[in-house]
Parts: sequence; structure tokens; C-alpha cells
Amino acid sequence: MGMTVVEKILARAAGLPATKAGDVVEPRVDLAMSHENGALVINQFKEIYKDTGREPKPWDPSRIALIFDHRVPAEGPKTATNHKMIRGFAAQHGICKFHDIRGDRGGICHQILPEYGYVRPGSVVVGTDSHTTSHGALGAFSFGIGATEMASVWALGVALNIEVPPTIKVVVRGRFPEFVGPKDLILHIIGKLTAQGANFRVLEFHGETITAMSTSGRLVICNMSVEAGATSGIVPADDETERYLRTEAGVTDPIDRVLPDADAVYESVLEIDVSKLEPQIACPHTVDNVKPVQQVAGKALQQIVIGSCTNGRLDDLAAAARILEGKKVAEGTRMLVFPASGRIYAQALEAGYLKTFMKAGAVVMNPGCGPCLGVHQGALGDGEVALATTNRNFKGRMGNPKSEVYLCSPAVAAASAITGVITDPRAGGR
Amino acid sequence: MGKVVLKLGRDISTDDIYPGRFMATVLPTETPQFCFHDRTEFNARLNSKQIAPGSFVVADENFGCGSSREQAASAIRGHELNVVARSIARIFMQNAINLGLSLIICPTIEASEGDELELAEGKVVNKTTGKQFATVPLPPARQAIIDAGGLVPYTRKKLLEQPAR
Ligand code: SF4
Repeated sequence: MGMTVVEKILARAAGLPATKAGDVVEPRVDLAMSHENGALVINQFKEIYKDTGREPKPWDPSRIALIFDHRVPAEGPKTATNHKMIRGFAAQHGICKFHDIRGDRGGICHQILPEYGYVRPGSVVVGTDSHTTSHGALGAFSFGIGATEMASVWALGVALNIEVPPTIKVVVRGRFPEFVGPKDLILHIIGKLTAQGANFRVLEFHGETITAMSTSGRLVICNMSVEAGATSGIVPADDETERYLRTEAGVTDPIDRVLPDADAVYESVLEIDVSKLEPQIACPHTVDNVKPVQQVAGKALQQIVIGSCTNGRLDDLAAAARILEGKKVAEGTRMLVFPASGRIYAQALEAGYLKTFMKAGAVVMNPGCGPCLGVHQGALGDGEVALATTNRNFKGRMGNPKSEVYLCSPAVAAASAITGVITDPRAGGR
Repeated sequence: MGKVVLKLGRDISTDDIYPGRFMATVLPTETPQFCFHDRTEFNARLNSKQIAPGSFVVADENFGCGSSREQAASAIRGHELNVVARSIARIFMQNAINLGLSLIICPTIEASEGDELELAEGKVVNKTTGKQFATVPLPPARQAIIDAGGLVPYTRKKLLEQPAR
């Protein structure tokens, strides 16, 4: 019986000839990522070693990544102290995949991992962040776990008691119309599946649209797979994966493409044609409350946010800058842009996108998670409405339970910034 | 036996259970104060100890969706509440099991705030309405962790079975 790509990855990682959905395995972990919540992981890690007479030493420091992104620079003393503790831990154990608050090597974990070539096809990646699903874009089995589970991985180097998830095959066909892209596709899929439609399952992406899609776009769809509840999204590695790893991530060692078998068994198949897809919007307060932009056009906005691990990459900034070039952000609306990493920031600076944003009246912020999780920078006032390229619109997500967040693509966000109301980019200036 | 102290709808996110603003707080002794923080009244009742340990939070489908923040499970655990939900999101379920939070999957549960619930083998009994609802067992893959009293002791045991590094 054939295997899906995740069944194959888990079989290899667990040293078994084969696995199938429902099996319980203990895969070795290739990469274990944490961010600020590394502070909690460190506490639990020490707790595991308590009274064992052993030194709390991680199984393999070269496989641990620690990235500061959620609250950078620190918004208060508590976070700064957590940063300090994690920094000390990284130095003590020689963790070299450590990305501190820096303009050159810093950024959001889900951008740093691909950008630095830390993720490879066929590998098992765990992260103490639900959007760890992102790295399926590079053909890895990558999923979010909690802090205690991460502490357990640091101690043992394996993920314990993992149930092999069933896989939903998603086949995408057709060419995107102008101003429609990966974000619209994944919002459409989440709307169809609902917020729990893929709970405990993997979404494996196939089809000509995916083949033609850049790694940047694949990161968008895998990133948001978790919003349908998926354990992970995954795009089996192909020529584009190899191109990205070689030319953008600077990987020189051999790349092993792990592919699903032709006779793999899928739980179900979802077929989608994007050739007539419209720009999509997720309305408050759930990500699966998805509508075509036309149905909510005209909604007044106080804040526009472009960035995050979903849509803070160079092509996203390019799409927004193209629409905003020579235009102004509407009075009464504020626009915040936060590139996903220091590298992207530099590239966007070089390409002139940041200048376009600033001249239009947008505020360009430092790389990191910015307003996405409502901790600092860009909180909303009572009754205010934001339109964001981020991935969650839960009540209170952007720092205020009395506000509303709509989710969209960079093109919709940019077009709406000019008018101050939700706007279909296809009806805009060009 | 305990009272239903909070009745929730579907897709309750971990942002709702434990807002992102308090994520710099990590100690299990400190997280409970922010449990359901933005449900101001309920949070105040929790913090002023008006809610008895063993009380029930009852939710519809997909409880605990969203962020992987473990504080969500640790905060509820700190108040010793039971969670009964029609279905539960994956990461929250694992965090809850890892921390030893009492979690019951009950796909047909019907209960209102104030109802008295009782946990029995394979079912939840609503003493107020007299109705019973079958529960679904937690994933068997996780049973060993539950039996060990959580992931910390379970991992410690595994660690000691290995030679020291
Ligand atoms: S950008 Fe937002 S969703 Fe992405 S990792 Fe940061 S907080 Fe999480």
C-alpha cells in the first residue's frame, strides 16, 4: 500500500519500513524551533531533569533554533527578562541557530527557518508555535507543539507518541486572475473546510497551480493550513523547492526529495479551480467566516496592517507597493507595514518599496510579529476595525476584544489603504 | 460533581482563554490570574475564588483552536476546572494532556450555566436535566502520558531509561 508524503517522512524518522494513518510512532526530530516562549520551554526542561542527578543538557544543540520575534524589541521588563534568560541558555549550550533582536539576522521564525536553509524536504520539524505548519512549504513534516512537549524533545530528541495523521489531498488547478493569489486560495479553502475541518489531519497540496507557485506563496498556504485545524500543510518537494533552497537559502548539501507514492491512500480529495477565484476576506471573529471581497466592500477601516509570517515577504511588499506607488493612505486610516525579516527589510529598501510606503503615509516598522498578536505596537481602540494580511481575526487578537479584524491579501490591503474602506483591488486604479 | 460555571460556543481560541498580552507570564503559579481575562466578569469570579475547584467549563466544537500557547491549558488547570467540549483542537488537547488538565470530549453534551454535572465511566451525567451524554476517549496514543500524570514525569522516566549523556 502506498504512502502519503507524511507517512513516508514519519516512517523514515521512526526507522520503520512503513507507517499508515493511525499508527503511533516516535520520530526523531530534525529541527526544534522556539521563540520567546522558549522561556517556558527552559523552565519545563529543567523540571524534567529535577531530582534525576543529571545535567539538563539538550540532546543536540545544532538542531535547536531560538528566534526572537513575538515581542521585539521588548515591550516591557518581563519580556526583556525572558529574552535575557533565553539568550543566556543559547550561549551556555552553544545554540548557533539563535536569532537575536537584530536588523540583519532577525525576523519572524517562520521566515528565518526557510531563509537560512534550516528546513529540508523530508525532515521532521516541530515548533512551539501553531504556524509551524508553514515549513511544509519545503516538503517537511512540520507541526506546532506546546512548550512542555518541546522540553521533552530537547531531552530525548524524539517526539513522543505521535499518531500518524490521515491526509486530505488538495488538488489546485487554473491560473490566478490578476490581484488574486495564494492568500485568497487558502482563505477560500478554510472557508470551505471550516476552522476544524482538517483537525488532526494533514493537507497535502498538489496540482498545476501549486507547481507554478513560488515558495513564498507555498509558505502562505501551509502557514494558514492550521486555521482549518490541520496538523500540517505540505507541498511535496519539486524543482521550485530546490531552486529556493539553492539560490535563496544558500543550501549546498544534497537535497533529498521525499515524495508521496502514486497509490498513496488519502482520506479525501479536495479539488479547486482558481481561474475564477475572487479576492477573499475573512470576517470577524473566525478565520473560516470567508466572503468574496465584493460582499464586504465599503466597510470603513481605521488600521491597515501588512506583514506577518503569512504575508510579510518580498513579493507581498512588492504587490502592495505597486498599488500604493504615488498614492496616499486615506485620512483617518493608519497603515502599518512590518517586513517578515531583516533580509526582506533590506531587499524592500533596495527595491524602493519602503520609500513608496513611507511617502504614501504608512509607518514602516521593524521586522517581527508586530501588531499580529496584539501584544505591543498597533493595538486597536474600542470599536475600531482593522484590515490585515495576518492570519487570525479572533476576538481580541489585535489587542482589544472590543475591536474587529478582517483578513486579506496584500493587494486588497493596499487598495483599501488608499480608500480607507474595504476595496476590491480589481476595481482600483489599475 | 460540579456546577457548569461557563458555557461557551464553538471555535473558542486560546487567545480567548489566555490573551496574547499576557504571554510573557509563564509560571504555572502566575498564569491562572489571566484565565479568560477578557471575559471580565468570569475572570473576576475566578480570581476572587468564587468558583469551586471541580466546576465545569462546557464548550461546543473546536475548543482551544489557534495559538499553541501552553498558558491556556495551564491557566485553566490552575483553577482546577474540568473542560467538557464537543470537540477539541489538536495542540490544545495535547497541552492539556501534557499538563494533566481534566479534559472530556463529549460530542453531544447539552448543559446550561448552573447545571450540575457528574463524570461517570464513558459518560457525562447532567443531574439538573437528568440527561446522559456519551464521551469519546482521548487518543490512545496519549494514554501513557495521562497514566504517568503528565508529560514531565513521563519524559523523566524515559530519560532515566537511557544512558546518561
Ligand atoms: S506573525 Fe503573528 S501568526 Fe506569525 S508567528 Fe508572529 S504572532 Fe504568530
